[in-house]
Amino acid sequence: MSPYANYKKGAIVGAYEYPLRSAPGKTANQVQAECLFAALEDAGLGIGDVDGLCATRVPGMQPIAFAEYLGLRPTFMDSTAVGGSSFVLYLLHALDAIAAGRAKCVAIVYGSLPTTEGRKIGARTAASGGGEQAVTDSFEAPWGIPLIGTYALSAQRHMYDYGTTPEQLAEVGVTMRRHAGLNPYAKYRDPITVEDVVSSRLICDPLHLLDCCIISDGGGAIIVASPEVAARCKTKPVYVMGGAEAQQHTSGGYRDFTVSAAAWSAPAAFKQAGVSHDDIDFCMIYDAFSINVILTLEDAGFCKKGEGGAFVENGHIGLGGALPVNPDGGGLSSCHPGMRGMFLLVEATRQLRGDFAGTERQVPDAKIAMVHGIGGFMGTRHSGITAILTNE
Amino acid sequence: MADYVKPLPVPEVETEPFWAACKEHRLDIQQCDDCGKFVFYPRAICPHCHSASLTWRTSNGAGKVHTFSVIRQSAAPGFRDEVPYVVAVVEIDDAGGVQIMSNLVNVDPADVRIGMPVKVRFEDVTPEITLPKFEPA
Repeated sequence: MSPYANYKKGAIVGAYEYPLRSAPGKTANQVQAECLFAALEDAGLGIGDVDGLCATRVPGMQPIAFAEYLGLRPTFMDSTAVGGSSFVLYLLHALDAIAAGRAKCVAIVYGSLPTTEGRKIGARTAASGGGEQAVTDSFEAPWGIPLIGTYALSAQRHMYDYGTTPEQLAEVGVTMRRHAGLNPYAKYRDPITVEDVVSSRLICDPLHLLDCCIISDGGGAIIVASPEVAARCKTKPVYVMGGAEAQQHTSGGYRDFTVSAAAWSAPAAFKQAGVSHDDIDFCMIYDAFSINVILTLEDAGFCKKGEGGAFVENGHIGLGGALPVNPDGGGLSSCHPGMRGMFLLVEATRQLRGDFAGTERQVPDAKIAMVHGIGGFMGTRHSGITAILTNE
Repeated sequence: MADYVKPLPVPEVETEPFWAACKEHRLDIQQCDDCGKFVFYPRAICPHCHSASLTWRTSNGAGKVHTFSVIRQSAAPGFRDEVPYVVAVVEIDDAGGVQIMSNLVNVDPADVRIGMPVKVRFEDVTPEITLPKFEPA
């Protein structure tokens, strides 16, 4: 069905998201390990099956440190650090490794406890990340631009170019909160209105507090296995039909602030998968800020550039709407420990397996999903990783 | 000046001429000798055509706001107590509209608009470093 060379050469066979949003008395390694064991149990596998390990955290070299923590010796590892999207990239790389015969069972793991450790996310300066320290140090940090500010630069220009309104941005947060109300583990579950969002305090104009992702503890794990290993798993396998990696950056001083890396990664992923937008039943999009969802939907081709504001209105991206986005409540309401890419994969997998069947959270008859992770800083430099997942 | 606590640029081989010009209150921007496009941030290779032949041009420092944000919450050293302040991306008129990020000062944040004309304003923040900021033209 899919022209992708790795289609059915491997599959997601286990998925787990840590249920708590505050984990006092634990370390990030403990949470990460609990998630790994739970994802293996979900699959019907054991720790002895794992021969590949992908992980990232700040500072880096996480696969070495976590292999040490659990006494493992995986012979495939990846810790490519492209921000919060990294876990989606690991899924693509794990399939490459499995298809090449370099691994049979790859664990992708994450654990991070900013709530418990009292760490701030987002208000820090953009200089503390982005992968090009010399540039950020000299040409961005001196102006005091925080991470949120880089997203605000894109939102502001999008409003100017296309007439996008604060109320349209707010629709994203309102929909995510409605979804969070269906997720018993989501951090914030009480419904909010557009008025609530636009009357919440401005953090970096035009982004209000409720346009910004929450801060929570969290963790998760995904198990990617070869067909032979998948055959003895108890779960319904979820396959990747296509995927691609891209960057967006300052473009030598000629940046279009309204275009994200998805403008390159998503078309490549769709082409590889051999599917069209009408085939997509739901999307998992890294909603660090409301503007992300609007830019991604445009750049991925679900609507024309500039029409994303109207696209997210009237429950269009809600459960029951034409294209549900983030049925778990997203980073805006459910879970955001700093790098959300992991949770995009967990929710996409569980939706495609029908784990929520019989509840309002389940996307009915979901067969194909687009997952898009954004990593880094929207208005300066970031990664975009797109994967098309299916249960067929 | 000794108590300047905000992050300072760190000039390197490729960017030192830019900061040296700022110290002399000149806004110097690179132009590619081969494709003619302007380049920012400064570097040794043109990102538009990969030529290694770039020439520094002195701009008159006039430009327009391309996009901006009023920062109302910040953990950046020295900025925490100065909110709200404006971070803007400015298109430089006589350098092909090339974009430069900076602060917009001497303006009420409520009055900032995309497209508003601005001009460079040099601030000698330490004996070594002069920052190119912008203010309404």
